Amino acid sequence: MALLNFKRRPQNELELGGRQRIEMDQSDPEMTCPNCRKSSPSSAVWQNFNVCPECGYHYRTRARQRILMMTDSNSFSEMFTGLRPSDPLKFRGYKNKLEAAGAISNEEEAVVTGTASIGGINTALFVMEPGFMMGSMGSVVGEKIVSLFEYATDKGLPVVGFTVSGGARMQEGLFSLMQMARTSGAVMRHSDAGLFYLPILTSPTTGGVTASFAMDGDIILAEPGATIGFAGARVVEQTTRKPLPKGFQTAESMLEHGFIDAIVPRTKQKKIIARLLKMHTGNKAEDL
Amino acid sequence: MSKTAYDCVKIVRGNDRPTSIDLIKGMFTEFVELHGDRRYADDAAVIGGVGYLGERPVTVIGIEKGHTVKERAFRRFGAPMPEGYRKALRLMKQAEKFGRPVICFVDTSGAYCGVDAEERGQGEAVAENLVTMMGLKVPVISIIIGEGGSGGALALAVADRVWMFENAVYSVISPEGCAAILWKDAACAPEAAESLKITAKDSLKFGIIEEMISENNLGKPEFYQELKTKIESELSELSGLSVEELTQKRYMRFRSLGRFERSE
Ligand SMILES: [Zn+2]
Repeated sequence: MALLNFKRRPQNELELGGRQRIEMDQSDPEMTCPNCRKSSPSSAVWQNFNVCPECGYHYRTRARQRILMMTDSNSFSEMFTGLRPSDPLKFRGYKNKLEAAGAISNEEEAVVTGTASIGGINTALFVMEPGFMMGSMGSVVGEKIVSLFEYATDKGLPVVGFTVSGGARMQEGLFSLMQMARTSGAVMRHSDAGLFYLPILTSPTTGGVTASFAMDGDIILAEPGATIGFAGARVVEQTTRKPLPKGFQTAESMLEHGFIDAIVPRTKQKKIIARLLKMHTGNKAEDL
Repeated sequence: MSKTAYDCVKIVRGNDRPTSIDLIKGMFTEFVELHGDRRYADDAAVIGGVGYLGERPVTVIGIEKGHTVKERAFRRFGAPMPEGYRKALRLMKQAEKFGRPVICFVDTSGAYCGVDAEERGQGEAVAENLVTMMGLKVPVISIIIGEGGSGGALALAVADRVWMFENAVYSVISPEGCAAILWKDAACAPEAAESLKITAKDSLKFGIIEEMISENNLGKPEFYQELKTKIESELSELSGLSVEELTQKRYMRFRSLGRFERSE
């Protein structure tokens, strides 16, 4: 695996800044794990898929970093770029928030979409971006997800998707709520065409994304320790006025209660995704 | 009309408005209530059953808040558990099997928020309803009669026609929740309600609903008669469509509900 000397031909304008985006998180030579408090060289964490080499803590990971980790080299081709959020409600402070989110994440919006190959199998791919308003879902996220599923349905491709989202983007009001219905419709049509959809839930996956395309997968995977839920944990605690049970709204609890298929550490994800793609597409995958 | 968005919120949270049970009594005949999700439990916050609307057998599903303190506690103030959504799902699939249209009444501040609801898959339950309703092969009309609170309301509002009562509100988040998150102060709820554009008028303007139902005579026999006639005529129109036309139109109805800019 040669993540650090990654090179690829930019395939469109948005991809041009891609390498800069990926590298900007490695500016510190050392990273201190928020879980075990041990320091590791950034390069060691990075080469371990942004997972703490000491304790297995999964660092929050940017969309383009994930694409780099999970797809075959040079295979990612970005689609549905150039969509920008409007401010349909003229919601106080939203324009500024969008500008800040763009600067922090270096992304246009909270999801990156396209096609790629994983273990030699072509797939449609979406990866949500935590740096852009914590992956909240507004009209653009909805439009990109819908367009991707429609494209995949048309081309007979499976869809692999990494979710990370705080939920609906309230600054877009009902338009953000409607994205739950829109995306569900597109997933339904893809499913009705007999095609395979594999969401991988990463931390946090909550609110409107949980209650729509995150939970619609044929097979649902999650990262260890990921927060997954519908209502926010703090809201639940305040509403019920009782301490939350241990492990509430974790991937482990979701597994125990029967709502996800498996927990797969990031270091093993590409192999498992490729294996599942192979079984659901009839293609012959490269041996990983 | 100088009513603010938050005035509407207060109106629809009142305990003297018609609830789903009142609407069923007012418009449907020979109604038989059907209970349970066949998985875990019967949720009192969601009622459902079969009955006649005029000459036509239909499936009716409604979120029920109740009127009295006792009723409201029993109905959990109209906040459905996952099993409530799963009961609705079961009744919708039953309606599909027997070719009956589905009428939904929505009145909830949101899906129930609690440890048990989360552990029994509130997110999954809502998600499943959205997908199933999108593909349902019979006409669906959803009417927001009071509060249309977020995903918990949408889970019964993926429909061919979505209407709102004049004072009803439909929102992605409660005004209190929005104010607490954005401005760290729940007292800013009236301002949040204004900003979120939650009134029937706003929803109509944005194309998110087809009709706003006047509340003149609300709860009186002539109100029910008028609404009943309206639903019947809409069902006649929808029943004229083939299954393909119906589901394609429903898909496109929601497909168009996004606002963004293209910068290419
Ligand atoms: Zn660690």
